[in-house]
Amino acid sequence: MELQLDDSVLVKNYIQGDEKSLEILINRHNQRISSFIYSKVLNQSITEDIFQDTFIKVIRTLRKGSYSEEGKFLPWVLRIAHNLVIDHFRKNRRLPKFECNENFNIFSVIGDGKLNAEKQLIKDQIDFDIQLLIEQLPDDQKEVISMRMYKDMSFKEISENTGVSINTALGRMRYALINLRKLIETHNIVLTNY
Amino acid sequence: MEEIYAKKNETCELIKAQPETVQFLLNYSKSMHIVDYDGLKFENNKN
Repeated sequence: MELQLDDSVLVKNYIQGDEKSLEILINRHNQRISSFIYSKVLNQSITEDIFQDTFIKVIRTLRKGSYSEEGKFLPWVLRIAHNLVIDHFRKNRRLPKFECNENFNIFSVIGDGKLNAEKQLIKDQIDFDIQLLIEQLPDDQKEVISMRMYKDMSFKEISENTGVSINTALGRMRYALINLRKLIETHNIVLTNY
Repeated sequence: MEEIYAKKNETCELIKAQPETVQFLLNYSKSMHIVDYDGLKFENNKN
């Protein structure tokens, strides 16, 4: 029967260079420490990371001779693990995570900037209606609207392309908008907001 | 029928770190070398 050595004896042997003692210590307390960490973080891979970091601290402390045999080995290791679990949660708090629940939905405050399918259909319909209305305008006004709104040209460019002054182009634009409003009112057209 | 409001016993999940993690720690320990210089302790890693 194998003699069960006390933790303190194994620690002493390890400090004196016996690597096998460390292996026994890790295997002896593996389940206890891992389960302790897991009960806090509830994630297997984070548990592995914290377990590893815990024993790296243990190894460094023992090898540097900074370990004082004041208490028991296991409570000391569990205290290190506990501190690392706290560090883990602190680090995570700096990168906030949001989980949706009944009271709060993250998608109510963020969006991808695109319209949803219904709003896109409404927008397409409005754009189509506006094009029909523009068709009703006199040619010179239609031309200015088309250059300004659809070709994104400046009034300077419009005046150069149409051979009229900037003021005339501005005036045509103004009348085009007035006439469009009149057409909308006369025909009782409702352009739904989206 | 009466409703039972007793809290369920929380089951403690027993898990163990992977053998690879344990092996890593043993290798880390073997490769670690402490140099004592003028009262200061330096860590070295022999790889």
